[in-house]
Amino acid sequence: MLEPNHVNGTLTKHRILMYTLSTCGWCRRTKALLQELGVAYDYVDVDLQTGGNRELAKEELLKWNPASSFPTIVIDGNECIIGFQEDRLRELASA
Amino acid sequence: MSGVTGERVAEVWARLVKEARDAGYSVNPDDQFARELVQGLLENEARYGYPACPCRLASGDRNSDLDVICPCDYRDVDLNDYGSCYCALYVSPEVVRGEKRVGAIPDRRPVGGSVAPSRGTERLDIKGLPFPVWRCRVCGYLCARPEPPLVCPVCKAGKERFEQFI
Repeated sequence: MLEPNHVNGTLTKHRILMYTLSTCGWCRRTKALLQELGVAYDYVDVDLQTGGNRELAKEELLKWNPASSFPTIVIDGNECIIGFQEDRLRELASA
Repeated sequence: MSGVTGERVAEVWARLVKEARDAGYSVNPDDQFARELVQGLLENEARYGYPACPCRLASGDRNSDLDVICPCDYRDVDLNDYGSCYCALYVSPEVVRGEKRVGAIPDRRPVGGSVAPSRGTERLDIKGLPFPVWRCRVCGYLCARPEPPLVCPVCKAGKERFEQFI
């Protein structure tokens, strides 16, 4: 069972779950921007998952993004943003 | 988070900057961003035994990840097409001069990993050459000698990154 990390924020309109790598610069920027915007989010650092959770995280990610690239940002469980797309992330905070 | 010290990051970063400059490559002018990528490379090296791209999920199997050991096989074409490599540790001179901004780019690596080694069957067959010709898959450097060099003199990729070209 995956246990995403939660980051608090004042904006909680959307349910955001991100698949990230702890080592990736673009993932780090994505997390920092959401935090700066005050958007609450959950994230799973796939590279830090151990045991069966690593495969589980990869399988979940694959369902959203066939290329399995990072970051993959799932919004409200029905759409996703792939890669650090600053404009779309800012829209999340305003929409 | 890891056992990678700031000192070690600084030491490797200084070496990468020098090697890049000596070989005509440029590194990301955003020092903080670049150092964090170097930290990621070193964390991957400690975790997997090889410095896999910090922005790609390594498999743990060195042979199937040879193409994404930094510098990756995709760096030079991405520099040409986008002005940066996938993780943006390396950038084009335009980016260094501030004429172009780096952004996230699509991953050129085939889904599921490399299809290397390439060209095995379509290799040019030139008879009578006294030596085979080896090609560095990272930068394209060619050399004719019994075996590839231990380290590519241009981009510093390791011997295992060479393929027989002719």
